[in-house]
Amino acid sequence: MRLAAPLHRLLELVDRPMAALQRRIGPQRFAWIFLLPNLVIFAVFTYLPIVLNFVYATTGGLAVLPSERPFVGLENFASLLDCRDYLDPSSCSKDLFWRSLFNTGRFVVLQVGFMILFSLITALVLNREIRGRGFFRGVFFYPVLLSPVVVALIWKWILQREGVLNAWLVAFGGEPVQWLLDAGWSFFWVVFVSIWAHMGFYMLILLAGLQAIPKDVYEAAEMDAASPWRMLTRITLPLLMPTMLVVVVLALIKGVQTFDEIYVLTGGGPGSATMLVVQYIYETGFAAQPRLYGLAAAASLLLAALLMILTLLQLRANRKSYRG
Amino acid sequence: MRTWWIGAAALVSSAQLALAATELRYMCYQDGNECDVAEALLEDFHKANPDIKVTVDTVPYKAILESLPVQLAAGQGPDLARVTDLGGLAKYYLDITPYVNAAYWEENFGATLPWFRSGPGDKGIYGMMTQLTITGAFVNKTLFDQAKRPLPGPEATWDQWAEAARAVAKATGTPFPMAIDRSGHRVGGPAISMGAQIFAADGTPRLVDDGFKAFMTKFVGWMKDGTMARDVWVSQGGAAYQDAAQEFINARVVYYYSGSWQTGRFEKAIGDAFDWEVVGSPCGPAACSGMPGGAALVGFKRTAHPEAVAKVMDFFAAEPVHAQLVERTKNVPAHKGIAAKGLAYPDATPAGRKALQAWAAQVAKVSPVAYAYQGYPLNRVMFNATVTRVTQAIVGELAFDEAMAKLEADIAEAVAQAKK
Amino acid sequence: MASLATSGVLDLVTRTRGKGRLHWTDWLAYGYLLLGLFLMFGPVVWVVLSSFKSEAQLLEFPPTALPYGQVSVAVPGYPEPLPLFRVRMPDGSLREVAQIRRIGIQAQMVDPAAPETILRVDIAGREPVRALSLATENYTALFERFDFLRYLWNSVFITVTATLIMLLVNSMAAFALAKYDFRGRDLVFVLTIATLLIPPTVVLVPVFLVVAKLGLLDTPWGVIWPGAATPTGVFLLRQYMLTIPDELIDAARMDNASEWKIYWRIVLPLAAPALAVLAIFAVMWRWNDFLLPLIVLSRSEQFTLQLALNSFKGEMHTQWGNLLAMTVLTLLPITLVFGFLQRYITTGIATTGIK
Repeated sequence: MRLAAPLHRLLELVDRPMAALQRRIGPQRFAWIFLLPNLVIFAVFTYLPIVLNFVYATTGGLAVLPSERPFVGLENFASLLDCRDYLDPSSCSKDLFWRSLFNTGRFVVLQVGFMILFSLITALVLNREIRGRGFFRGVFFYPVLLSPVVVALIWKWILQREGVLNAWLVAFGGEPVQWLLDAGWSFFWVVFVSIWAHMGFYMLILLAGLQAIPKDVYEAAEMDAASPWRMLTRITLPLLMPTMLVVVVLALIKGVQTFDEIYVLTGGGPGSATMLVVQYIYETGFAAQPRLYGLAAAASLLLAALLMILTLLQLRANRKSYRG
Repeated sequence: MRTWWIGAAALVSSAQLALAATELRYMCYQDGNECDVAEALLEDFHKANPDIKVTVDTVPYKAILESLPVQLAAGQGPDLARVTDLGGLAKYYLDITPYVNAAYWEENFGATLPWFRSGPGDKGIYGMMTQLTITGAFVNKTLFDQAKRPLPGPEATWDQWAEAARAVAKATGTPFPMAIDRSGHRVGGPAISMGAQIFAADGTPRLVDDGFKAFMTKFVGWMKDGTMARDVWVSQGGAAYQDAAQEFINARVVYYYSGSWQTGRFEKAIGDAFDWEVVGSPCGPAACSGMPGGAALVGFKRTAHPEAVAKVMDFFAAEPVHAQLVERTKNVPAHKGIAAKGLAYPDATPAGRKALQAWAAQVAKVSPVAYAYQGYPLNRVMFNATVTRVTQAIVGELAFDEAMAKLEADIAEAVAQAKK
Repeated sequence: MASLATSGVLDLVTRTRGKGRLHWTDWLAYGYLLLGLFLMFGPVVWVVLSSFKSEAQLLEFPPTALPYGQVSVAVPGYPEPLPLFRVRMPDGSLREVAQIRRIGIQAQMVDPAAPETILRVDIAGREPVRALSLATENYTALFERFDFLRYLWNSVFITVTATLIMLLVNSMAAFALAKYDFRGRDLVFVLTIATLLIPPTVVLVPVFLVVAKLGLLDTPWGVIWPGAATPTGVFLLRQYMLTIPDELIDAARMDNASEWKIYWRIVLPLAAPALAVLAIFAVMWRWNDFLLPLIVLSRSEQFTLQLALNSFKGEMHTQWGNLLAMTVLTLLPITLVFGFLQRYITTGIATTGIK
């Protein structure tokens, strides 16, 4: 608390001018004063860049400054959407965009699905009265704190050809596998590592949801000699649904935006087997020559639109299931 | 409370320092000791020019490649930098002609000065290759000895080398006969040797021609039959760079096509574990060429002190300083006078010295097409697209012809965008 | 049998209370948790161990668990200590001899006990003698190259300042959104949450331009301000503040407390658990930040730890030895903080996450 003392004094110092301000504009409108700093920072560092992104998306050329870029209308969008057959990326003019989009779809379904499954199992196990619960909760949460680059380097080191995983395979009489050189394995590890790094967070949220379920509900069910399976499907899971919704929406948004850890782990390879759409945007607009900012901005807007639709669908489906 | 005062005092004293001297910032990246050596050499410069203070900022290579162009476009950035994308940044360079002895620069750096220029009409002096590199091959001589095979001669073709490397790998149980860095620049030399012209007669890029396809067909075939280390190209996506130096150091590859910048590292890392030699670039019907390249010291137009920037560059261009820079960073000299005299590389091992001298001898074999390719402002675009598309052909995401068609389309689009 | 097993597994994930003694499902639960312990910590431990291996040893396959180094011995007549090898002699015996030099596929060796005679050995027939040794040069090389304390200070300054600003700004906004009824409130809330949909990576160039226009390049503020207001922070705090009873606030208003006083005297202390959680995330985000500092900070005296450590990556080389040491150094501070505050952090997130 002693640490907070100077801060306290500072906030108290602001008190008098704030009170004067409140007398002038009235207590209700004072809410905007509270919102103001946040809105200003948002406006300058989030909304303005998004507006600039629209400018980039509708202009062409290689210039960085928006004022130096010629207006091209919807050309960038047209070029992204130029496909003979939308199910075959090779037929598209921007085949890598479509490949990365398909990869992202596959990745999100697998990653979100299995991550929630494992988070749920772990949360259920940790919800038992078990010794060392706090410790194990920490263990599962720990990777969440690591930076994506560190996560990727750790696993890269383990999965490399002469890594420890292959050493074990050989020790048990197997053949070493080129984990990150085979499209299938590479995709598997990308999903695995991403679950490894993030499941702790969702596990904690689900655990909180489980602990919020009143105990007497279970006691009543035990009186009725309900089987464990029935208790899980009839009591625990339905009561967990609101928490689950938040978890799914968050996991989905974060899943679609996955970038750093995969970029460092596989670089999107082999070929473009693990290239996700944010990596495509990053490489097109920033990392690799030519820097096609317009194309990258257009792709990012398409991605945002897609995410918005997904989220809205999610929320609507959920509202329906509540009513039904 | 006390830390506040210390912080404020530091702020004041650094402000005073800035007032006392012209401060220049040199944004530098290093693979080995390039920035450290430059910083050490700059001490002499500071003694001779007490009014100029050059601060070397050693940054990740990523910053040079990705942040610097955006910073310059926004009118920001350092005064000097060590860069590799010579053409891409050309419009930001400072012309130092008014401040230096232009005849000396033309005389000694004439071959590389056009790399910095924006077009044929441009006669400015913008930068200096502080690290001239030549691509070419290293071989593990000990493995050849153990397989009791002689090294193919200097006129040997790519096919002959591939055949020899396969035989040696088989005889010695080495996993990879050959490896080439994952880089469009690296496969440029072999393609040119096979007859690739890179440009159409009017000077516009036309990367995919018969010569280019001839080498790429071979290359993709070697990837499939195990002659080439597939890992190097396949373990990365996009246009990311990947080398195979670790494999060579570990004696897991017989023939490694990379370039002169690896010499210092090999000298240190291999020690006396095995014998290695520089054998340059194999031949094709058109040439026996590698690609020139490297990193350069440039100054930027936006600097407030153009004269001081020119002074720094002239300092590094002067023969004794430049010779030291090249010797201590173990590179091939770009300076004609120094190249003619030859360098002794006093702190190199016998193997390292021999290798560096072998590289210097390779310079003469570089095809004019390779010089033109290295000097083309949009060459990075072509390198990157090559890597992305050829990798797709190797892993089978695209058929070979499809990949070549997409490669052409990528370059055409970039050229069109650059014209806007 | 199978049904017994499935009901056992079900029991494992459905029971909420133990009965005092260890049921076999408890064993299963512990088994699961131990597997988790191994999977979550194993990789990190392996990286820490590997970071103490020499560059040569990192290339070995199969790898050893602990770091070893080759033993050298001083041999009379040779100025430098010579590396020791175990060699099978022509007569079939094993001997430990030191290597003088290697020529082609032969090595010249000498027995340290009898330094007069030089032996010639096929290099395929020798094996280095090794002992446990820590290759601390992976770390010392990092420290020699740069001013570690300065970069640590820069990182700490940016992290602490950005976190404090974020807590203040986000909690004010969250208070307004949770406890006031005004026109446009829902719109503001939706607009705030909607920014979650834009991955920060894709607006990197526009953000850079804004930072440059404001003259914040090459200052820590260029990294602090863009991250000072986060949708996650506003959302988390608002959800928590919704649970603070309105009666408390109304009572304070009766006592003529100003809105500002209500905010910092009543709401802030009550939201402390949520603030603590957000603080942890904020520290983590800022500490691990890489791309934004990379483009905003280009002067070495302004570098953060992440940037300085990454300046080891050149165009052509990445060396695992330095890279692993760097990885360990980056994860160390976060791990230490977590180690001390583990219980607090996890219970904090669990109780504030969702209400």
